[in-house]
Amino acid sequence: MIDIALDILSWILLSLGGACVLIGGIGGLRLPNFYTRIHAASLTDTMATILIFVGMMLQAGLTLATLKLFAIMLFLLLTGPTATYALANAALLSGLKPDAGTASDKPKENTPE
Amino acid sequence: MLQRGEARLSSVLLLLLILSITWLLWSGLYKPLVVGLGVFSCVLSVYLAHRMGFFRHQALLGLLPRLPGYWIWLLREIIVSSIDVAKLILKPSLPISPTVVVLEAQAQTDVGQVILGNSITLSPGTVTLDLHEGKLLIHCLTNEGARELQKGEANRRAAALERK
Repeated sequence: MIDIALDILSWILLSLGGACVLIGGIGGLRLPNFYTRIHAASLTDTMATILIFVGMMLQAGLTLATLKLFAIMLFLLLTGPTATYALANAALLSGLKPDAGTASDKPKENTPE
Repeated sequence: MLQRGEARLSSVLLLLLILSITWLLWSGLYKPLVVGLGVFSCVLSVYLAHRMGFFRHQALLGLLPRLPGYWIWLLREIIVSSIDVAKLILKPSLPISPTVVVLEAQAQTDVGQVILGNSITLSPGTVTLDLHEGKLLIHCLTNEGARELQKGEANRRAAALERK
């Protein structure tokens, strides 16, 4: 009985995590410019990571594997924002204006090089 | 630097202990070769941490006990803002209003400020662009996100972490 409940819960979490990855991907395509697209990526980075790993931990049960999964999740959550910061900071330092609003930063077509 | 050798020795040993326990739990194999490799990698990690200036930031090991409480609060924030961002992305009208705000970190130490910056990046909808001398430059996906941030709850909690 408890097994089935855990299975159902973990499948719900895994599906929600998959949905988060999908929504993050859709956001990456729909949002207009670099700085806003980062936000979509952070949905995949953070929420999907947590949901998928908790789902996997429920599958693993009370074993050492759960502890390892928890540690991997922790390391991903600690290093993810650092990588995002490096990316965003590099864009800022290379002169991409963050206050571009909702304008697209796609280079205009037919611009002479 | 050397006169604070004693304080540093204790934190070196503490880090070594944490790393060793972690290794033993992870590997689960207790053959001499594997344990030897474990000792080697623990010592190498401590050396690298020393080279990175880890032991100059005494605060880091000191705030470890208060971290879990902070994580629980952060988890709630992440869930709430994830749902907000997911809704935004899926709405056909895409009602975003990107805003850049400057936030003055209440946390005094480098460690506290980094935790604040990373927490802000971690919650969807807000990304730390720059951290310089206690000032964080933050890009928010919406105006509401920016206003929420300026209420300063994250700021206060990160600063409370480092208080002794």
